Amino acid sequence: MRAATDQSNRRWLTRLALLAAGMFAFGFALVPLYRVFCELTGLNRDAIQALVGNTQVDYGRTVRVELIAHVPDARLLRFTAPTHALRVHPGALVQVEFELENLSDRPLLGRAVPSFGPAAAAAHFRKLDCFCFREQRLAPRERLRLPVLFVLDRRLPEAFTTVSVAYTIYATPQG
Amino acid sequence: MDAHTAHAAAEPHGPPAGLMRWLTTTNHKDIGTLYLWFAAAMFLLGGVAAMLIRAELYQPGLQITHPDAFNQLTSLHGLIMIFGVIMPAFTGLANWQVPLMIGAPDMAFPRMNNLSFWLLPPAAVLLIGSAFVPGGAVGTGWTLYPPLFIQGGIGYDMAIFAIHLMGLSSILGAINIATTIVNLRAPGMRLMDMPMFIWTWLVTAFLLIAAMPVLAGAVTMLLMDRHFGTHFFDAAGGGDPVMFQHIFWFFGHPEVYILILPAFGIVSTVIPTFARKPLFGYRSMVYATVSIALLSFLVWAHHMFTVGMPAAAQLFFMYATMLIAVPTGVKVFNWVATLWRGSISFETPMLFALAFVCLFTIGGFSGLVLAMAPVDVQLHDTYYVVAHFHYVLVTGALFAIYAAVYYWLPKWTGHMYDERLARWHFWLSVISVNVLFFPMHFLGLAGMPRRIPDYALQFAAYNQIASIGGFVFGAAQILLAIVVFKAIRGGAPAPARVWEGAQGLEWTLPSPPPYHSFTTPLRMTP
Repeated sequence: MRAATDQSNRRWLTRLALLAAGMFAFGFALVPLYRVFCELTGLNRDAIQALVGNTQVDYGRTVRVELIAHVPDARLLRFTAPTHALRVHPGALVQVEFELENLSDRPLLGRAVPSFGPAAAAAHFRKLDCFCFREQRLAPRERLRLPVLFVLDRRLPEAFTTVSVAYTIYATPQG
Repeated sequence: MDAHTAHAAAEPHGPPAGLMRWLTTTNHKDIGTLYLWFAAAMFLLGGVAAMLIRAELYQPGLQITHPDAFNQLTSLHGLIMIFGVIMPAFTGLANWQVPLMIGAPDMAFPRMNNLSFWLLPPAAVLLIGSAFVPGGAVGTGWTLYPPLFIQGGIGYDMAIFAIHLMGLSSILGAINIATTIVNLRAPGMRLMDMPMFIWTWLVTAFLLIAAMPVLAGAVTMLLMDRHFGTHFFDAAGGGDPVMFQHIFWFFGHPEVYILILPAFGIVSTVIPTFARKPLFGYRSMVYATVSIALLSFLVWAHHMFTVGMPAAAQLFFMYATMLIAVPTGVKVFNWVATLWRGSISFETPMLFALAFVCLFTIGGFSGLVLAMAPVDVQLHDTYYVVAHFHYVLVTGALFAIYAAVYYWLPKWTGHMYDERLARWHFWLSVISVNVLFFPMHFLGLAGMPRRIPDYALQFAAYNQIASIGGFVFGAAQILLAIVVFKAIRGGAPAPARVWEGAQGLEWTLPSPPPYHSFTTPLRMTP
């Protein structure tokens, strides 16, 4: 009887030790398992989208945004605003792209300067990113796409139904 | 068994003398005693940390610690109380009582039993020693969250190894207890004949074997992130700190039930004795215990409602958590129904068991409040949470351990304890513990964050009340030490059946039981 008990004890020791070892491995397996589970069910994806969703958009009104590109010397540069007029809800995040091309055979260093009409709109035109924050270096004949990421603030006065944004690029030849 | 029995009967022998008895012992009673003394020593250390915390919080501003030291105090207090006090105390009770209550001669693996205990002192030395190395002990709270944990000094590595050792100790202990209960019951004792304390420990043993390795894995990953260039939880390398919380609480929630299920077993043993009635609804108690254990693996994320979980997950964990109130409610109902029309007497074990039923239920209700995700978002990491888990762990787990110690102390020592002093211990404890923890509910509702050494002035009054309760509670525990020492040294001799209404095999043995008990298999008549 003692031998039988000892044998049974050893069997249980093996079983339970294997269970413990298995759970140790399972702890590590949880790292990919959680990822796979979230990907399969889409749980986390939906959560991230819910966070990204912009709740600050004012769909009640639309503002016309005119984008204007201007160069003092049209022989050196070609500068265009691809979309001539946008219809934008205040609060929405908008991205637009300008295009800049070096027409000369020399490298150029350019700098864009914005101006707003009406000038009071400038305080409400919030740029998250703009090519005008940086200098533009162009190799000979190089062509660049220049993005602007902006939000028209909800506090923009109701009277402003149209906002014009003009960029002028001043360039000097290098070397 | 026959040859062994004959040998034991022919040469009855006591323990070897001196220190070697305790270092080399494979006797379940000796090891149980070691576990209980270890828990008592750790309780003293964790208690000193708690007194320092309450002294700092006695009034606003920084008086006796600086913020770093305060964080280390709260972290060490938590780790010591959970892994050094409650768990070893329950394992000690299991070592003493499981063989006595199922009629086994000893544990299934006596040598492994010795190893399980002797892993604990080195772990304690590592954990407490970490407070004295450059950078200090862990200051992350007992939950060890990265990224802070990954940035700590060598004390953090010592804590990791301490947790490895304590985890290994409790896994080995759990394997031993589970095997003993499964294989060594007196012939004729079926699973459904087992005392509730044995049932709850069997379930707890499986919880330990399933949950502790996950914690070992989690701290191993922390160690690898700290030293071996992995990025499990380091966002800079593509890891995710929230992943740690998911893994930690996958261990952490079953751990909560590891800390309370044996307490349920103790209360289910003590109440029928002093109500002089069999436990009401034994079968439903067993099923409730098992369902609590199973549900405990499905609710971990209610500890982290605020990490930005999708609403579907929040709802799932919220409802699953509330579901646990059903089997727990079954238990509380059964305890009250056992008391109904019983011939109740109020000896100290019964007083602690009744206090358990009342106060643990308060902790359970505040747990239900916290289970509601929209409420938890407000209360997360406030003193409301501190109040909740101290009600379930102090007036729950700890009071059940006190009930068990008073209940079985005459059996262990052979002497009745000093009932008058024990009642002083009970009444001082039960009043002061409420003065200590009840105001924390109000502090939490008013928005006082936990783990902060300084606080806004409007919290001053309740903190002062809580601190006074804390000092009285701390001092009252000295009475327990006096009662235990007095009972060990002498006192009225205890009869075999110490309590009039006590049922179970341990009461068939003399008090104290012989060094080797139940060496001849007994026959249970079902």
